[in-house]
Amino acid sequence: MSESIDRREFLKLAGLGGAVFVSGLAGCAGMAGTKQEDFYFVQLSDTHWGFRGPALNPDADGTLQKAVAAVNALSFEPDFIVFTGDLTHTTDDPAERRRRLAQFRDIVSGLKNRNVRFMPGEHDASLDNGQAWKELFGPSYYSFDHKGVHFAAIDNVSDASARIGEAQLAWLRADLAKLDKDAPIVVFTHRPLFDLMPQWDWATRDGAQAIELLMPYRNVTVFYGHIHQEHHHMTGHIAHHSAKSLIFPLIAPGSQPKRAPVPWDAAQPYKGLGFRGIETELAKAAYEITEFPVAKA
Amino acid sequence: MLALRRRLLAAGLAAAAAALFGARALAQEKVIRVTARRFEFSPSDIELKKGEPVVLEFTTADVLMGFSLPDFKLRTDIPPGQVARLRFTPDRVGSFEFVCDNFCGEFHEDMSGKIRVTA
Repeated sequence: MSESIDRREFLKLAGLGGAVFVSGLAGCAGMAGTKQEDFYFVQLSDTHWGFRGPALNPDADGTLQKAVAAVNALSFEPDFIVFTGDLTHTTDDPAERRRRLAQFRDIVSGLKNRNVRFMPGEHDASLDNGQAWKELFGPSYYSFDHKGVHFAAIDNVSDASARIGEAQLAWLRADLAKLDKDAPIVVFTHRPLFDLMPQWDWATRDGAQAIELLMPYRNVTVFYGHIHQEHHHMTGHIAHHSAKSLIFPLIAPGSQPKRAPVPWDAAQPYKGLGFRGIETELAKAAYEITEFPVAKA
Repeated sequence: MLALRRRLLAAGLAAAAAALFGARALAQEKVIRVTARRFEFSPSDIELKKGEPVVLEFTTADVLMGFSLPDFKLRTDIPPGQVARLRFTPDRVGSFEFVCDNFCGEFHEDMSGKIRVTA
């Protein structure tokens, strides 16, 4: 029995995860010249460190630490961890913004796994074009390869108008050009690249251009945040999966005219909050997504 | 020479008629002035008539704002110190949400309104 099957069986038997969602791919060739090997990574999103709002989360000062503890308590070590933006809640004060980003960084330094990737959200980056965020976390868009999968992190928030921008699109075009059309590609971003709900500002102004660049590649999966809930959508053959928040959930897209948060439920604290584990199943051309609660009820 | 004069006269009359028609068309347009400020539009509830041309004139009282009316694929930036204009004719009735689409601060997500188009 392989380690990956052990892990999957363990998750099911232990009932640790919530709903498991399997995202199919067209069939992976793997990246040329690289060894293809299944692995596991964790996505956390929208931690909004610095948020104050007891009606939505009376434990705003403690939820992130609980999430760190929950990730550390996973029985299987992820290969890496990614935070897909809105690490902090926005503030007009540049000094306070840096303070919140630094506090966030200090708290997540408690993660046992040291291979952590970060991305900005509009709350971190849109009021200063990502300046403070880049000072503390480095480039806001980048790519890397891991065990035969190509990962690209796209910044659609440093521009307050929710644009990726020509320079970054040119970078993405060049980055993808090196890949085989069958290579497995995972995109991390904050806002949805497609028009999920533009009436609620749940869109990327030039996201269609990024999707157009990705479309020739047969195995593309996008993991994003921003909308504070799990959501699954296809644009053609490209799957888009949004993650839960770690501060408060938002109502389902289009469920009422105005976007609104879901109030804290004292009877079910931390309901709707969580993070996810993603296991590659490259031989089966799939990703298995397991949702975890932030804290045990 | 006479033919040339006649052609010039005809052209002049046509231009005058076009200017007059254009002025009347502009005079018929309804203008609605909308002020954006962190974190609200004023007015935020706008009533329009289907088929009636309208000019929305936007100004911002503080920072760069955006106005987006996705159902009609209309949007504009609202830069400080300038008047941004959108001219359109609603072609359907209903209630349509608009939103600020340039992130402007903590309560940016609450900055929205609606246009109600009646028959």
